[in-house]
Amino acid sequence: MQSLKQQWFGNIRGDILSGIVVALALIPEAIAFSIIAGVDPMVGLYASFTMAVIIAFAGGRPGMISAATGAMALVMVPLIKDYGLEYLFAATLLTGVIQILFGVLKVARLMKFIPNAVMIGFVNSLAILIFMAQVPHFIGISTMTYIFVGITLLLVYTLPRFIKVIPAPLIAIISLTIVAIFSGVNLRTIGDLGTITQSLPTFMIPDVPFSLETLKIIFPFSLSLAIVGLVESLLTSQIVDDMTGTESNKNQEARGQGIANIVTGFFGGMAGCAMIGQSVINVKSGGRGRLSTLIAGLFLMFLILVLGDLVVKIPMPVLVGIMIMVCIGTFDWASFKYLVKAPRTDAIVMLTTVVIVVWTHDLSKGVIAGVILSAVFFVVKISSVSITHEDNRYYVNGQLFFASTDSFIDFFKYNEINSKSILIDFSNSRIWDESGVGALLKVKELLKEKNIHIEVVELDSSSKKIISRLEGATSSH
Amino acid sequence: MYKHILLAADGSENAARAAKEAIKIASCRKDSMIEVAYVVDFDQSKTDVLHSGSSEAINLERRKKIVKVEQLLKDSGVSYKVTFLHGTPGLEIVNYANEQQVELVVIGSRGLNGLQEMVLGSVSHKVMKRVNCPALIVK
Repeated sequence: MQSLKQQWFGNIRGDILSGIVVALALIPEAIAFSIIAGVDPMVGLYASFTMAVIIAFAGGRPGMISAATGAMALVMVPLIKDYGLEYLFAATLLTGVIQILFGVLKVARLMKFIPNAVMIGFVNSLAILIFMAQVPHFIGISTMTYIFVGITLLLVYTLPRFIKVIPAPLIAIISLTIVAIFSGVNLRTIGDLGTITQSLPTFMIPDVPFSLETLKIIFPFSLSLAIVGLVESLLTSQIVDDMTGTESNKNQEARGQGIANIVTGFFGGMAGCAMIGQSVINVKSGGRGRLSTLIAGLFLMFLILVLGDLVVKIPMPVLVGIMIMVCIGTFDWASFKYLVKAPRTDAIVMLTTVVIVVWTHDLSKGVIAGVILSAVFFVVKISSVSITHEDNRYYVNGQLFFASTDSFIDFFKYNEINSKSILIDFSNSRIWDESGVGALLKVKELLKEKNIHIEVVELDSSSKKIISRLEGATSSH
Repeated sequence: MYKHILLAADGSENAARAAKEAIKIASCRKDSMIEVAYVVDFDQSKTDVLHSGSSEAINLERRKKIVKVEQLLKDSGVSYKVTFLHGTPGLEIVNYANEQQVELVVIGSRGLNGLQEMVLGSVSHKVMKRVNCPALIVK
C-alpha cells in the first residue's frame, strides 16, 4: 500500500487533468441518473459533488470515482414516487449508516462469496435497465429525436479515433446543443425535465418525522441501496486495482462509501456509489491518486455554478445517445461466449440474476437471489457421493456430510456385495459432520446383518477426530 | 552485447518468432537477461475481473497467453522474467523501456490486431519511433 502522501500527491499533473476529464463526463450521467430516479438534476449533481469530494478523503481505493449512479437511482424510484424527496434524503443517510456498519463488520470479505456469474448478471442487468430507462425519451417522439440520438452515437464512437484529449461525449454535447439552438429544431431539453440551480448545496436535516413509521418505510430501501452500492463499489475497486497494478483497502472503501452517503444525505443529494465507467475513464486519462477524485468533484460543481444556464439547453436526445453509449460500455459482451462455455449451472445463475433484476428493478434482489441459487447448486454438486470398487476395496468419492449421506447409504443398501469382508477406502473423501459419522455407522450395521465384515481405511485425521469424538459421546451414555 | 533486453509479447505467432531472435542475441553473453513485457489493455481489465475468481486467477490466465514464449525461454536456458504492464500496448512498452533504460527492445512486426495496423499504424512502428534504445522488429 502506498503512503498517504503518495496517494494524494504522487501524480499531481495526471490527477488534475484526469479529474477535469471525469468532471466533464460526470455531468451528463449525473443528470441522466437523476431523471431515471425521478428527481431534479440538481439532486444527482449535488450527490456527485459530495460523493466525489468525501470519497477522495475517506475512500480506500485512490483514483476510483464515486458519484450518483444508475444502479442506485433504479432502487430509489418507488421511494421517491410514493413518499417524495425528503424520504430519499433520509434513506440516503440510513444507507450510509448501514454501509459504515458493513465496513466495521468487515463485510468486504463476503464479496468473495458473490460468484462471477452473479457479478456478470449484475453489470448486464444494470446495462439493460439503464437502456430501458432511455426508451421513453427517444422512441416515438419525433423523427428529429431519432436523428439526434443517431448522430450522438456516431460522434461518440468515431471521434475518439481522431481526438483523444477532449472526451467525445463533451464534443457531441457542445456541438449538437449549438446545432439544436441555432437551427431551432423542436427537441425536448434537460430544462423541460427539471431545473438547474446555480448554487452550492446547503446543509439540511431531512424533513421527515423521526418515527418508527419512517424507519419502516426507508429501511428496506436503505438496505438495498447499501448492498447495491457496496457490490458496485467493491467490483469497481477490483477493476481499478487490476488496471493500476496496485492494492486497495476494501473495508476502508466500504466505510468511506458510508461516510460519503451520510454527508450526501445532509446536503440534498441522492445515494451514490463507485462507478465502473467513470473510474475506467479516470485511470485511462492518467488519474491514479486521491487528488483526481477530489478535482472531479470540485470541477463538476464549478462547471454547474458557471454554466448551469447552458446545461439546461442540452437536448434530451443527445443525453440519451450518451447514455446508450454508457449501456454498451457497461454490458459485459463476453457474456455470450460465457453462456456457451461456462458450466450450465453458472449460466443459469447469471441469467436468473438478470431476469430477477429486470423484473424487480432492484439489483440487490438479483444479487441475493443469484448468491442463494449458486449456493444451492454448489450444495447439490458436492452432495453426491459416488462409490467405485476394485475387488473388495470400495472407494468413496466426494464429501460425506448431511446432504450426501443418502447416496452413500443407498449404495450399500441396494448393491449386491459378494465378498465376506470388505474395505471402505476414504482416501478420496472426508467426513464432515455427525450425519456423516451416523451414515458410516448405519452402513456398518446394514452389512453386519448381511454378515459382511467391514474395515474403514485411509481416513484423514480430521475425519478420524470427528468419529472418535462422536463415538466417545455415544458410548458414554 | 546487450545485457537487459525487453521482449514485447502479445500471444501472437510473431511474438514467438521475436522471442527466438531475442534468445539468439541474449545467448551471446552470459549475464544477459530477457524481460518479457505483456501489456494488458485497460479495456481488458473489466472483462478479466468479471470472469475470474481472484487476482491470482487473472494472473494465471494472462500467463497462459504468453506460455509459448515462456516455454522457448525456459528451453533456451537464458535468464528471464515476466512483467505485466497496464495501458495502451505501444505506449506502455515505450514508457517502460525508457524508464528502465533497457538496452534493446525486441518486438514482432505485427501482433494480434491486423486491422488496427492497417488503419492506425502498428504498435511496433510506434515503439520503433519513440523508444530511446535500439529496437529489433522481427518479421
